[in-house]
Amino acid sequence: MTLPGNDLRRRVSARLTRSPRSRLALLLTAPLLWLGLAYIGALAALLITALWTTNTFTGDIERIWTFENIRTVLTDSVYRAVTLRTIGVAALVTLIDAVLALPVAFFMAKVASRRWQPLLVAGILLPLWASYLVKAYAWRSMFGGGGLIDWVGAPFGVGSPGYGLAATVCTLAYLWFPYMVLPIFAGLERLPNSLLEASGDLGARPGRTLRTVVLPLAFPAVVAGSIFTFSLSLGDYVAVKIVGGTKQFLGNLVYDNIGAANNQPLAAAVGLVPVVVMVVYLFLSRRVGALDNL
Amino acid sequence: MRKRHLIRGTAIVAAALLTTACGTSSSTSPSAAPGASGFTPPKIAQLDKLGTGEGAVSILAWPGYAEDGSNDPKTDWVTPFEKETGCQATVKTFGTSDEAVTLMKTGDYDVVSASGDASLRLIASGDAAPVNTALVPNYADITDFLKNKAWNSVNGQMYGIPHGWGANLLMYRTDKVNPAPTSWASVFTDASKYAGKVTAYDSPIYIADAALFLMKTKPELGIKNPYALDDKQLQAAVDLLKAQKPNVSEYWSDYLKEVQSFKSGNSVIGTTWQVIVNTAAAEKAPVKAVLPSEGSTGWSDTWMVAAKSKHPNCAYQWMNWIVSPKVNAQVAEYFGEAPANTKACEQTSDKSFCTTYHATDAAYAEQIWYWSTPIPQCLDGRTDVKCTDYSAWTRAWTEIKG
Repeated sequence: MTLPGNDLRRRVSARLTRSPRSRLALLLTAPLLWLGLAYIGALAALLITALWTTNTFTGDIERIWTFENIRTVLTDSVYRAVTLRTIGVAALVTLIDAVLALPVAFFMAKVASRRWQPLLVAGILLPLWASYLVKAYAWRSMFGGGGLIDWVGAPFGVGSPGYGLAATVCTLAYLWFPYMVLPIFAGLERLPNSLLEASGDLGARPGRTLRTVVLPLAFPAVVAGSIFTFSLSLGDYVAVKIVGGTKQFLGNLVYDNIGAANNQPLAAAVGLVPVVVMVVYLFLSRRVGALDNL
Repeated sequence: MRKRHLIRGTAIVAAALLTTACGTSSSTSPSAAPGASGFTPPKIAQLDKLGTGEGAVSILAWPGYAEDGSNDPKTDWVTPFEKETGCQATVKTFGTSDEAVTLMKTGDYDVVSASGDASLRLIASGDAAPVNTALVPNYADITDFLKNKAWNSVNGQMYGIPHGWGANLLMYRTDKVNPAPTSWASVFTDASKYAGKVTAYDSPIYIADAALFLMKTKPELGIKNPYALDDKQLQAAVDLLKAQKPNVSEYWSDYLKEVQSFKSGNSVIGTTWQVIVNTAAAEKAPVKAVLPSEGSTGWSDTWMVAAKSKHPNCAYQWMNWIVSPKVNAQVAEYFGEAPANTKACEQTSDKSFCTTYHATDAAYAEQIWYWSTPIPQCLDGRTDVKCTDYSAWTRAWTEIKG
């Protein structure tokens, strides 16, 4: 004697075993809906909004099709300057993080003992437990008048550069550092020690081994890490608002156009710029095989 | 083969999205033509009878206008309001008028303290409802020169309850700025003396400050009203602000950020509100503020009710409470502005307060250039030229910040 519920369950499972197609459909419906609606849908909404306009007095959106916003973003020198500044800072932050993260990750993966490794990984992840705002404001007080940088530099006659690009680059490089270390660490861990030993046996000095063996093999991992640091810097506006002084980034233009000017269509048009930049970046990353390292 | 299916699927989805998008385009609201007197606000009924409170009210206010004791336990007029009316108040502050307009569009707030550069936009977009002043007993005691003004009424219908007014001031660090400034020139033409330490307000409306300075120092530009600028005049103001920018440490819209900058010495001179001076001084920063010789831009604020308010009765009770003599006096002294209620002058702890702030002096009040929204129809009455509107100012502000 079987219960009716049990019977139904058995019939469903029998049907699923026979038909791989319905199995696949059940498995993929939820994630595909999520991907389609949340990601593709949001991007489509962004694109459509960029083609609308607002009533400048009341701030209400008027659904009249126009390329005006996109034209403004492409031709106005302000937007070009801000785009170049944002990309430049994002590239610089990525470079600084890569240079700092390589030795740290190499030490963690190849030098530190098995016992220390998890502790070091935890140490790198530790800053992520503190709030983003707390860290940004900490840098604000360090760069401020009479702050840590003024105090340390005073004996050497060096003062804080104040709020601006330098402070922004430092803050962002600090904030995204863990996102660069971890992929490189993972990449180097997969590098067999035998390769390093073989290189040494063939007479290569450590410098040469690093240049010809470690770096080429770790490069895709560096690019994988750079996707994080670059895209996070590209979209950031909070740190810029806190330590950036008078400087504007793409994120600030979006924020100001939504929060202050209430011009969502123009904000959407500005928001398309980092999307395009990231698509190009991801395309280039794929060519060096970085996406296999994520 | 499979790939082609996928592409076709995407095309169908895209087409569906486009049709829905086009479908909504028919719902475009007829936009009222912006004009000093020429726009017709959407028909919204005012409240005709005060009912019992809904037990809650959501307040959108300038910092310092709705204090609940969280900044200073002695400064609290929200808790007594809650006790008396049973309306639990949630307070959200905003830093610029633009932010207030945007937040009001979310429909989450019942009342807002709107300055002149926000109020007309809220009326025209239908976000603010006309106010039945008969339901606000304290309205009778409001100074006459604040009633039925261009920024708070349309065709004789009040859209809010006047709250208070004041001038933007020039704040400076007494230990770093010598001699004490007397003119806005110290943040414009002479700003290089304090290079990297000047601060300015982060909003397109700050262009009016530059325009006011030009109005007094460059009469050949012919500026008669800092909110009515033609292309040439706007360009002159933009050039002045672009020349100022290299000397600016940062632009502020968060008032606590300005307090902190003056405390640490990252900013030593710049535009401010009296409440910021008071807060910074209370935190032992050596600051003072002056009203420069050129006069100043300023604000005249009005409490307005949201058209889609979920708690209209509590909102009316709040408006009546905030302009009642005692509370109006408390806010005015805390924020540093002239109270709108004439009876508030008897309630201030400093008996000469209303004299200092010229609270009942209509002639003085006339001299302040209150924030108002720039529109194509020149506010100074010129008809031979088209003025720059607020969107042009917003674009200019983005360009100034670079």
